[in-house]
Order: sequence, then C-alpha cells, then structure tokens
Amino acid sequence: MGTLSLNQRAALLSVLMLVVGLLIWEAAIPAQKAAEELTEYERLTGAGSAKAGVPPPSQVIAKAWEQLSDPFYDAGPNDKGIGIQIGYSIYRVLTGYFLAALIAIPFGFLIGMSQVAYKAFNPFIQVLRPISPLAWMPLALFIIGDSEASAIFVIFICSIWPMLINTAFGVAGVREDWVNVARTHELGPIKTAFSVILPAAAPTILTGMRISIGIAWLVIVAAEMLVGGTGIGYYVWNEWNNLDLTSVVFSILMIGVVGMLLDAMFGLLQRRVTYAE
Amino acid sequence: MKPYLSIEKLTQRFPDGNGGELTVFENASFGVEKGEFVVILGHSGCGKSTIMNILAGLADPTSGVVIMDGTQVKGPSLDRGVVFQNYSLLPWLTTLKNVTFGVKARHPEWTKQQVEDHAAKFLAMVGLEGDVIHRKPSQLSGGMRQRVSIARAFANHPKLLLLDEPFGALDALTRGTIQDELLKIWGQMEQTVFMITHDIDEAILLADRILLMTNGPNARVAESVEITIPRPRNRTEIVEHPNYYAIRNHLVQFLGKRSKELAGQPTEVGQTNAPETVRIDLTEPTEDPEDKRPALKAVNS
Repeated sequence: MGTLSLNQRAALLSVLMLVVGLLIWEAAIPAQKAAEELTEYERLTGAGSAKAGVPPPSQVIAKAWEQLSDPFYDAGPNDKGIGIQIGYSIYRVLTGYFLAALIAIPFGFLIGMSQVAYKAFNPFIQVLRPISPLAWMPLALFIIGDSEASAIFVIFICSIWPMLINTAFGVAGVREDWVNVARTHELGPIKTAFSVILPAAAPTILTGMRISIGIAWLVIVAAEMLVGGTGIGYYVWNEWNNLDLTSVVFSILMIGVVGMLLDAMFGLLQRRVTYAE
Repeated sequence: MKPYLSIEKLTQRFPDGNGGELTVFENASFGVEKGEFVVILGHSGCGKSTIMNILAGLADPTSGVVIMDGTQVKGPSLDRGVVFQNYSLLPWLTTLKNVTFGVKARHPEWTKQQVEDHAAKFLAMVGLEGDVIHRKPSQLSGGMRQRVSIARAFANHPKLLLLDEPFGALDALTRGTIQDELLKIWGQMEQTVFMITHDIDEAILLADRILLMTNGPNARVAESVEITIPRPRNRTEIVEHPNYYAIRNHLVQFLGKRSKELAGQPTEVGQTNAPETVRIDLTEPTEDPEDKRPALKAVNS
C-alpha cells in the first residue's frame, strides 16, 4: 500500500466502494419466484406474470450494454436509441445556453462598467433570477406556440442569470491599477475592454458559465418531461410509462455522466483563463 | 524661459465628509528640466501621490495647470510613463508580453518581431534574460516584477517617467540592486524622471534635485535641494563624499522637524508657492558659509 500514490489509493477505494455498493444493491432485490414453485391458485390469480420491481444492477448493466452498443437506432417516435435522445437534449441545452451567453456576457459587461446601470438593473435581476425556469413554460408555450422552441427558451432563461451576474461582478471588480495601465498606454475603450478587462474578468465569467451549464442540464430533463417528443427527459418519463424501470435507472445514470462531462469541459476552459496574482 | 515640465499653482481639494473641504495642497508650483531626475520627499498624506496622479493624467487638480514641453497635460498619455508601487503588471501575460503590451501601444506600426526584440532588449537592460521572460509575474519575485515594470516604462521612451515609490515594497538588498539598475538605464537614456519616495538615502543616490513637502493638509513644496554630488554615483562611494552627510542631515532635519513647523499654513489667494532653492556644497569655497547653509546650523545645534 505504501508504494501507491495518493491518486492510486483514492481510485482503488472508489472501485471498492462501487463493487460493494453494487453487491449490496444486487442482494437487496428479491428474486422473482420461478413459475414452477407457484401454487395453482397463485398462477390463476396472475402472480406468475413478471412483477415490476427495482432492477438489480446486473440487469441495468445488461441494459446499458444493449443500449450503448447501438445508441443511434431509430425505430419510430417511441423507440429511439439513447444516443439520439441525449443528442436532442444536448442540442437544446447548447442552443439555449449559447443564446443566453450571447446576451448575458455583453450585457453583463455593460452593467459591470457602469455603477448606475448596475444599481438600476439589480432589482429586476433579483426578482427574475429566483423564478423556477419551468414556471415560464406555460407563458413560453402560449407566446412562442412551439414546444421545441419553448424548451430552448426555458434553457435560455435559466442559464442567463448566473452568466449575467458573474460577468457584471467580474467586470466591476477589475483592479483599478490594471485599468490605469491601459489608460497610461492610451488604449481606447474597445481595446481596454478586450485586452485588459476581459482577461481580468475571465475567471469570474467562466465560473458563471460553468454554473449556468450545470443548471441548464438540470432543467432540460424536467422541461423535456413536460414538452415530450424527444430528449433524455422524455425518455425517462416514457420508460416510466412503459414500467421499464431498468431503462429508467440506466437513463438516470446517463444524465449524470453527460452532466459530469459538460461540467468537466467548462472546468478545463476555466483552468485555461485562470491566472495567479 | 519655462522649464520643460512646469507645474503652476496646482491646488487639490477634496470634500472632507462633513460638508466642508479639505485642502491637500495649494498653489504648488515647481519645474523639472529635461533630462533631470527629481525626487519628491514628504510624509504620508502630504499629497505626493496626488501630484503624481495629476502628472500622470489619472486625476484632475481642483485648479492649476501642468505644462509639459509647451502643451498642457490633459488625461493620461504615452508621453508620461508610470511605474506604480505595486508594479501593476497584468498577471495573465508573461513577462515579455507585459512589456510588448506597452511597446505595441507606443508603436502600433511595428512588426511582431520588432516589438519583441525591442521589449527583450529593455528586459535585458534590467537583467532579465532567457527563460525568465516567458514566466508569468506570479512566478517572479517582487524585485523581478518591479524590474519588468521599469523595463515596460523605459521601453516606451516617455517624455516624462513617473515613479511612484517604486521600491517601497522591496527588501533593502533588492532595493539596492534595482536602484543601481535604474541609475544605469537612466544614464543611458537621458530620461526625465519624477519620483516619489520615503527613503532619504535612495533620494540622495538617485536625484539631481529633491523637492521637500511640508505635512498636509495645506501642504506645499517648501524647498528644492540640489544634490551636489557628482555622477556617476555609487552607493558605497557617495557616503564618503563631503556633501553627503550635510545634505542628508538637512533632509532629516526637514522631515523630522521643519515639515511639521511649516505645515498647515493656508496661503493667500493667488500666492505662488514656489520652493526655495537650497544648495549645500562643502567642496566649493564660499565667502559666508553660515549664510548659505542655514540647515547645517540647525543640525549642529
């Protein structure tokens, strides 16, 4: 044990926890009685048909293998591969998210530069921010009239706030000295914004973007359960209606994995713009 | 004939928070000649940094004007380079890029190669060469960071270089080394320099002339002391010069005693507070030394 590095020991412990957890889960699920063991009466009252129950991990793994070996099949509106469903969700999240970034970052920049604007917009932001994004859904459906676009709008509205607030906060907090360096070098306002304020505020802005993508991924599942049709959220709900709990558990895991990957991507970006003072 | 840099009747007032006004300094007037190294000495709160910010164009005076090379100073300009006490390097850029940042602003028409060569040359002049110039400021010591800041300022050949307590945050040994480097690079460039410091020995080593400020509020530039020690100067040799301790004692006396005695006298409207010139030189024979060296009397008493 002494020769293993810290990371190796942690990884070993993780694997151990996984295996133990899966074994406990497997053992905790009662096995279905085989049909031969049933009495005549039980068979007549329908006890012989398979009961719905929480699936053991072995079934989930088998399901995952089956799904992931052919993730992009498309056999009609109610039977699409997991890859296609996740693809739809990611497409919606990214569209709404980047539309939000397109507005939140320049706008946050302007608010951050002016104390008056900061104070003037603050009450609106504070009221709009805590609204659950799904509360916008009926209004979006009515005004936009298209469920697909409404889902994107919900993502847009939920991811705009952390980006807006963090950008304004980061820009407002840029050290006076750095701005003075730009001033004594006669940089114009545009040049100052791009060569001094943006890099100085970038770590804070990226933090906002990372929070936003996390929220957007949380919200898309709920939004797709409402609007239906496609996407991972719809998939979960559809499998629940099919009483296919193995697929439900499998898709829950997939939501976690994709969320983690999205977060890791922004974590990587964040590390690139972070500087030490 | 006006001096190269002329500060005329500069007054700065701030609201004091109780509805009144606080006069930091009033009608301050002095000049700096081209190529001259002028140091301003005074206690904290006497408005040295405010004067510096006005000269840099980062702040506006309540009244009065600053005229440099025939034109009035308005706003910041590349003609007036600043070295800040806290270095003010951009932490996300490498050492080299911090200097090219300035060079590019000064010479937008230059090619990338020209800009980098120019920047590297000035970094080499302050002793930064090789791999060091590709490091970020956070990976440099305080002394190295201030060297970068000095290189950035000199690389732009400003008409006036402003140094705001540039060595204030450094330890004594590092300070000495960088003072030597500053002297060397200043000697090569014939740069006009205006510098703030708290350190008397540093002021004597570097300056052609030292401006002494009384304590604030209502501070003024009371004296302009000529440093009658020939260049090139060297920290170990100047202490042996006959004028060194005479000048030093005069400065200590001023900062310790007279800066307080002369402080707090509001001046009449329109009065010009030009500093009194003081020349202490024991090497040249004078007819009446007592008359010319009032400060020495004070020291000996």
